Amino acid sequence: MSVLVLVEGFNGEIKKSSLEAASYGSQVATTLGTEATAIAIGDVQESALAALGAQGIRKVLFDDDARLHNFVAEAYLKVIAQAASQESAKVIIFSNTNIGAALGSRLAVRLNGSLATNVTELPVIAGDTFTVKRGVFSGKAFADVNLTGDVKIVAVKKNSTEVRSDAGGSATVEKFSTGLTDADFAAAPKETVMQETGGGVLLPEAEIVVSGGRGLKGPENWHLVEDLAKALGAATACSKPVSDLDWRPHHEHVGQTGITISPNLYIAIGISGAIQHLAGVNSSKVIVVINKDPEAPFFKAADYGIVGDAFEIVPQLIEAAKAL
Amino acid sequence: MKILVCISNVPDTTSKINFTPDGKTFDKNGVQFVINPWDEYALTRAIELKEAKGGTVTVLNVGEADAEANIRKALAIGADDAIRVNAFPKDALFVAQQIAAIAKENSYDLILMGKESIDFNGSQVHGMVGELLGLPVIFPAFKLDLLDDTTARLEREIEGGKEVLEVKLPFVASAQQPMSEPRIPNMRGIMTARTKPLKVVEPSGSEPKTEYASFSKPEKKSGVRMIEAENAGELISLLRNEAKVL
Repeated sequence: MSVLVLVEGFNGEIKKSSLEAASYGSQVATTLGTEATAIAIGDVQESALAALGAQGIRKVLFDDDARLHNFVAEAYLKVIAQAASQESAKVIIFSNTNIGAALGSRLAVRLNGSLATNVTELPVIAGDTFTVKRGVFSGKAFADVNLTGDVKIVAVKKNSTEVRSDAGGSATVEKFSTGLTDADFAAAPKETVMQETGGGVLLPEAEIVVSGGRGLKGPENWHLVEDLAKALGAATACSKPVSDLDWRPHHEHVGQTGITISPNLYIAIGISGAIQHLAGVNSSKVIVVINKDPEAPFFKAADYGIVGDAFEIVPQLIEAAKAL
Repeated sequence: MKILVCISNVPDTTSKINFTPDGKTFDKNGVQFVINPWDEYALTRAIELKEAKGGTVTVLNVGEADAEANIRKALAIGADDAIRVNAFPKDALFVAQQIAAIAKENSYDLILMGKESIDFNGSQVHGMVGELLGLPVIFPAFKLDLLDDTTARLEREIEGGKEVLEVKLPFVASAQQPMSEPRIPNMRGIMTARTKPLKVVEPSGSEPKTEYASFSKPEKKSGVRMIEAENAGELISLLRNEAKVL
């Protein structure tokens, strides 16, 4: 019996969300008196994998089949299911990425296991009971859920687990081959198009996000958002009206029907804070709201607020951020 | 073309969320329910495809009788018929098993739903349905077009970009914005919805794999700290030294 963690690669590196999953998994393993093994898939350098020792991973199974650089659900499922069976994994940890969520649900059925997604804390394990806390009602509540199946699959919400680097040692990396055939890649994408990322930071992975709303008056003023983001090493985002008006691409829209993020710091400029917007950002650790309307509802959800003209305030922030 | 659209009956986004005093059950009192917004993208896209290519759109809900108002709304928007599996949706696996059982009886060309429900935010049902039926699942899809009677072209969001896929029917896809523009039912739709068939069936057996033990609400924020616009730069030092996020 062991704990198995899925580690995803991106541009040769391990995704930060996977470092969080590894940190989570190794702590669960310690509680259960066992060890955590990682299964690494995707575009990642072998040399980066040994460093997972710092997150408490003792062994890494690495399938370096280049066809796995693109996410193909059927192929990924085979690799993970085979690793789970080889390691007799009773607990499997994913990050709640689009990949993790897509795999978790299929794997739960395939392994006849229990699945909880959007998990925000380490499990409480007492005897046979394995309970996790997960976010529900779009950030307005939490639920404690008992995973009663034999195999427990946990998809950890991004930025809810501290990445540990105290475990010491390095992980042994073992080649892992699943013998995938062309049929397993039949559903491979025809084409993959990567987005331009403002400051080079991917929005779903970002620790700091600078976001703009209609208060910025037009796409020609987005340099304010971009320059502040660049000065802070942040990703850029926007509200729904802004993406509906095509001032910014849809993939930057955060909110109820856009993407949900939970960065350490969310800075909202010229966004009034409709409840649909809050649903996408309300689990951010610190929220800053800049708005000319002192009655903007967003101030009620904010930690810091500035009432005033964004065109005067944001340049001051950029100056101060550059001076850090 | 036979399309199945699975919809969930969820509290409206603006609802205050409360639980019974023992924290074990969601308190429906005073809560208005809507069609899950993500499912609406799937529903309207299905109706657009039907309008362009012909065929039928069946709406499926796993839920209790109080979901019927929103099932009728889906019929008013343009679905042809509806099925309600008469059961409290215990967990994602339970719901997926009910959907899979219905799908096995009526071979659908497309099974669509939203990428998640805004109440339980699980994002699990589509993957489970695909696995139970042995079908590909495209999650989360924001574009869906039919190339011909056998193949669809989809665009799927991935972290940092998108993928373009060509997939043979049948398959499961979970919708997200901007797959379609949700519609408001018109008077004619509302009138005809009353006479469209809504079949109620009993659930098939299933053993849940998760138990919701209790619910809680996040701690309230301690209140906003306001900074004068003239000293906006002070914010940056507060974020570094007080909030410690820079």
